[in-house]
Amino acid sequence: MNVKMQPEYKPDTTGATLAPVVVPASPETRMNSTDQRLHRQVLQDRIFRGVTRFFAFFVLALLAGIILSLLVGAWPAIKEFGLGFIVNTEWNPVTGKFGGWNSIRGTLLSSFIALLIGVPVSLGIAVFLTELSPVWLRRPLGIAIELLAGVPSIIYGMWGLFVFAPWFADNVQPWLTESTANIPVLGTVFAGPPMGIGMLTAGLILSVMIIPFVSSVMRDVFEVVPAMLKESAYGLGSTTWEVVWNVVLPYTRNGVIGGVMLGLGRALGETMAITFVIGNAQQPISSLFDPSTSISATLANEFTEATTVLHTSSLIYLGLLLFVITFIVLMMSKVLLLRMQRAEGKQS
Amino acid sequence: MSAMSSTYTRRRLVNIISLSLSTFAMLFGLFWLAWILYTLFKNGFGGLSVTLFTQTTPAPGSQGGLSNAIIGSLLMSVGGTVIGTPIGILAGTYLAEFGDRGWLAPLTRFINDILLSAPSIVVGLFIYEVYVVRTGHFSGWAGAFALAILVIPVVVRTTENMLRLVPSSMREAAYALGAPQWKMTLLVTLRAAKAGVVTGILLAVARIVGETAPLLFTALNNQFYSNLNQPMANLPMVIFQFAMSPYEDWHSLAWAGSLLIGLFVLGMNIVARALVKPQQQH
Repeated sequence: MNVKMQPEYKPDTTGATLAPVVVPASPETRMNSTDQRLHRQVLQDRIFRGVTRFFAFFVLALLAGIILSLLVGAWPAIKEFGLGFIVNTEWNPVTGKFGGWNSIRGTLLSSFIALLIGVPVSLGIAVFLTELSPVWLRRPLGIAIELLAGVPSIIYGMWGLFVFAPWFADNVQPWLTESTANIPVLGTVFAGPPMGIGMLTAGLILSVMIIPFVSSVMRDVFEVVPAMLKESAYGLGSTTWEVVWNVVLPYTRNGVIGGVMLGLGRALGETMAITFVIGNAQQPISSLFDPSTSISATLANEFTEATTVLHTSSLIYLGLLLFVITFIVLMMSKVLLLRMQRAEGKQS
Repeated sequence: MSAMSSTYTRRRLVNIISLSLSTFAMLFGLFWLAWILYTLFKNGFGGLSVTLFTQTTPAPGSQGGLSNAIIGSLLMSVGGTVIGTPIGILAGTYLAEFGDRGWLAPLTRFINDILLSAPSIVVGLFIYEVYVVRTGHFSGWAGAFALAILVIPVVVRTTENMLRLVPSSMREAAYALGAPQWKMTLLVTLRAAKAGVVTGILLAVARIVGETAPLLFTALNNQFYSNLNQPMANLPMVIFQFAMSPYEDWHSLAWAGSLLIGLFVLGMNIVARALVKPQQQH
């Protein structure tokens, strides 16, 4: 901050007032002071760039640190169980036998249910916001949907446990069981006592939680479709739906899939809401009404109570697997969205 | 003629059905928001009182409030924000101002976007491994560090985006006056992007205040007031513990705590949006 903005002409000014003969500053001294200042600024700039660069690097190091620390923490379990851990269903802290499949299956299945319900709804919302809604309603409605993303997951969890699950058990589950009883596959999927909590409830609440993420990506990519394309389709006599289905969706395909992947990544890692409603049972499930568990729910429930090294490291192993799965999903999402952006850049 | 009109009718019908479904989807989304907010207010409002802010978390069956949890949450959120924000702003500045060449910036941008959506429970595990295990005990600091890691990607993202919105003519003007790059960045572009950067920080705060998963293995919980070197009570953990318990009075405290967090987070979101709005009109 203490860089002087005025150039220093020391010999010049002092000489001018005292002596009749003006001694001009020798080019060398002037050069020197400017040089010094330049030098200082170059140094300061270098430091500034170095500091910001360091912190950019820090973000990378953070990722490496997370993966490394999880690997180190999980090492005893990795050594003991190897990759068989992934498909082994036995989880028994008493005998020290740990297998992750119950948790992994719960994470994958609940996320799959979330996508099954969340994606069509998000598509509908995005279409509504870009094609149907009156312009003055777009912003408030968009914000309302985005607020769904702002609600902390613990509130979803409490609401799910105390409000949604009882309602679901009383009103929806018996009806589902009854109406699908004679259908071969669905009959077993929706069988069992209506307890409210369980795999299906977890998936449903997850679907609500991912709607804002998926729909806002979809809306954003729908908005970049050139009006010319849409107008041309309308001019040929297409209906609004035909424009969406045959023009907008093909044009934004990468972006839409990227949005879905982002939602999937969110669903996979979600913890608290799931922990409240999935039932936390390490057991095989035959129907979606059965209580089960997921990676994050197992971690949330057992981590602080784990007493043996093997138990703790098995839990960290689960965490590592979760991180790897979400990392791959989010990476695919990001690549697809980038590809979409690049294609758009080429067009304009 | 009749074949054509039947095609036409079918297309119209498909159009009407699918657009109604789309409208229905919108209502479906709003319905959940309304239901959740309604529940939150209905169950939480009764629990709001002065004792909520003055008394510590009670044993089941006795009177109490959430004061230690509120203070713990505040301390750790502030701690997380104070640690994470400068890191985020500096990294974001690098991406926006120096990030057009080289391998570091694109890679960091990519990784940062992944960290943005990475499961927060894994962040808790990470801090557990590198801090809690080393120090030997759960602590408020560990909680603050975990939250800081969640703050960083949000701030990096918004800082970069906002700096990129600053017109390059401003940069050139500063250069033309002979300002060095660090001065140009700190006094011109970051200042111009101030509202946007603050928005990013607010959104980050809104995100971490309600986060539970990263605190499970870091700050843990506490029935009493504590300093940052001890396990520390915080609203999300207390809500989790109380909601999972069988006691009615704990449930109502949990609802009151949820309402507090919910109001705070929604308020933050709205303030953040209000801050960005005037910028977009430029």
